[in-house]
Amino acid sequence: MSRIQATFERLAAQGKKALIPFVTAGFPRLDLTLPLLRELARSGADIIELGVPFSDPMADGPTIQRASERALSNGMTLKKVLEAVADFRRENTATPVVLMGYANPIEAMGAETFVAAAAAAGVDGVLVVDYPPEEVGDFARLLKTQALDPIFLLAPTSKPERFQWVAEHASGYVYYVSLKGVTGAGHLNVAEVAERLPAIRAAVGVPVGVGFGIRDAATAAAMAKIADAVVVGSRFIETLEAAEPGEECAAVARLVGALRLGVDSAG
Amino acid sequence: MTAYDLPDARGHFGPYGGTFVAETLIAALDALKAEYAAARADPAFAAEFAHELKHYVGRPSPIYHAKRLSEQLGGAQILLKREDLNHTGAHKVNNCIGQALLARRMGKPRVIAETGAGQHGVATATVAARFGFECVVYMGAADVKRQAANVYRMKLLGAKVTPVESGSKTLKDALNEAMRDWVTNIADTFYIIGTVAGPHPYPMLVRDFQTVIGKECIAQMQAQFGRQPDVVLAAVGGGSNAIGIFHPYIPDAAVQLIGVEAAGEGIETGRHAAPLTANAPIGVLHGNRTALMQDADGQIIETHSISAGLDYPGVGPEHAWLKESGRAEYVAITDAEALAAFHTLCRTEGIIPALESAHALAQAIKVAPALPRDKLLLVNLSGRGDKDMHTVAEKAGIEL
Repeated sequence: MSRIQATFERLAAQGKKALIPFVTAGFPRLDLTLPLLRELARSGADIIELGVPFSDPMADGPTIQRASERALSNGMTLKKVLEAVADFRRENTATPVVLMGYANPIEAMGAETFVAAAAAAGVDGVLVVDYPPEEVGDFARLLKTQALDPIFLLAPTSKPERFQWVAEHASGYVYYVSLKGVTGAGHLNVAEVAERLPAIRAAVGVPVGVGFGIRDAATAAAMAKIADAVVVGSRFIETLEAAEPGEECAAVARLVGALRLGVDSAG
Repeated sequence: MTAYDLPDARGHFGPYGGTFVAETLIAALDALKAEYAAARADPAFAAEFAHELKHYVGRPSPIYHAKRLSEQLGGAQILLKREDLNHTGAHKVNNCIGQALLARRMGKPRVIAETGAGQHGVATATVAARFGFECVVYMGAADVKRQAANVYRMKLLGAKVTPVESGSKTLKDALNEAMRDWVTNIADTFYIIGTVAGPHPYPMLVRDFQTVIGKECIAQMQAQFGRQPDVVLAAVGGGSNAIGIFHPYIPDAAVQLIGVEAAGEGIETGRHAAPLTANAPIGVLHGNRTALMQDADGQIIETHSISAGLDYPGVGPEHAWLKESGRAEYVAITDAEALAAFHTLCRTEGIIPALESAHALAQAIKVAPALPRDKLLLVNLSGRGDKDMHTVAEKAGIEL
C-alpha cells in the first residue's frame, strides 16, 4: 500500500480529513526546505505538497509565482528538491510528499531519470500541472512502475467523461481545483464546490482533495465537510513572506495548527 | 511527398505541439476546437473573413519587386510581400480578424491578448473596437517602457493595457498573465493569441488565418512573374508571418523555405532568440512542446533581440517540425545585420521595415549577391518600421 493510501485509510478510520499544506521548495531560503518539511509534518500536516519552482508557472497566481522566482534565484533546482525529500525521508517515513510542478524541469532532467530519482528519494506522488490527461501518456505509466502515485487535477469546467479517465489512471488522490482561476484567488464559492463534489467523489474511486483559494480555518472547515482533503498553498507562502527571519517554522506551525482545527472540526 | 495535413487531431506536429495546459483550461480549448471546426465548415464564415480582409485590412497586399535593391546587390531578384501595408501596419491583423469572428460566434463580449512589441496588442485592440468587444492587453513592463507609442495607440483604441511585472517582464510573462486571466474569466472571455504557439488549436487556427499571405503570393507570383519564387524567406519569433507564407508552399518542393530567427548579439554569445538555429532542446512551455531556450535545469532563460517581436524563448511547434522534417531551414541574423538591412531598405526603396521583417530581409541581402540574376527571393515584409523609430534612433545615438 502506498504511503498516501495508508494515510487516507488511517484518517478515515479516525473519522478525520486530510490537511495538505503546499510550500515551494527553496522558498524563502534554500536551507529552509528541510526544516519546513519537518515542521509541517510535526505540526499536523497529513501530506505535504512540495512545489518544484518553474520560471513560468502559468497556473499559479502572483503569490506562488513570486515564491517560485525567489526559489529559483536562491538556486533551487529539481535535483536539489529531490535531495531535500531524501533528507526528509531519512528522518520521517510516515508523511507522504507529493511533488507539484510543471513539465519542463522534469523533461529537462529526463522523465525516466526523474521518476527513478524521485522514487529513490522517497517521493510518494507527482502532480505535473501542465500534463493533462491528453498529454500525460507515458509519464503516468512510468510513475506507476516505481509505485509513485500520479495525481491529477479536475476543475469546475471538467466534463464528466474526464472523471472516468481520471478514475482509470489516478492513484493516491485527485486534486479538485475549487474555482475558475489560479492558485491563491479570492473568489472561492463553497456552495458551488459542494454541488460539484459528490459526482466527482463517486466517479474517481480515490480520495478527493480540494484546493485553490482556501485561506483560513473557516474555509478549510467548510471544504473538509465535503472533501477528503484540503490543500492550502498561497496562504503558506504569504505566511512565510511575512515571517521574520528565523521565525518561519514557528509561523508555519501556527498556520498548520489553525487549519488543523478547522479541518478536524468538520469530522 | 505525401500530403501534408498536420497537425493531427490532438494538435501534434510530429513530436511537437499538443495541449500542455492545466485541467482548468481544457474545457475552453475543447469549446474553441469545436467552434473552429464548425466555422471552418461554414462558407459564410470564410466569406465574412475574406470580406473583412479586403475591406477592412486592405488586402490583398502587393508583391513589390525591389529593383534598386536587387540591382545594387547584383544577384538574385528581391521581391517583397508587403504585409506592412495592411491596416495597423503588420500581418498580425489577419489573425485578429479571424479570431474576432470566432469570438463573436461564441458570444464572448471580452477579448484579451498578450503582446511583445505591441503589434499584436494594437491589432487586437483594433479589431476589438471594430467588433465592439471589451479588450485587455497584457504587456511585459519592460516592453511597456520600450514601446510607449504602441501602448498609447492601444489606449486610443479603447483597450486597457496591463503591464506585467513578473519574470523577465517581456512577452513570455505577458503570455503567462493572459493565460491566468483567461482561466479566471473563461465564461465571457476569448483569448486572442498572436502567434502560432500556445496550446492546440491555436497554432493551427492562427496558421490558417495567416495562410492568406501565402495563398495570395501563389496567385500574385503566377500573375506577375509567371512562376513561383525559388526561395521564400520570413522572420521567425513565434513564427506566424512565416507559417502564413510558408504553409501554402509546403507541397511545392521546388520552393525553398527559409525561416530567419533573431541571433541577437550572436548565437555564440548566448544572447539571442534563435532556439531552432541554436539547436535548443525540446521542452514544454505555454501549452505546447517545441524547441525552447532553457538552462540545464529546464528553466526558461531570458532571450535577447533588438526586435521585441522576435524576443521569445520558444518557437511555433510547426516550425520545429518543418525543421526536423527538412522541409524548411532556419538561420539567424544578428541585431547588427538586421539594423543594416533596415537602413538599406529605407534608402534604396523608400520602405521602412519593421525590425522583425528586417531579419528576413537581411538574410536575403546576404545570399542574393552569390545567386544568378534570374533567381527570385520572396521576402515576407511582415510589418512596417514606424514603431521602431525609437530603437533605431537610440542605436545611432540620437534622442528623439
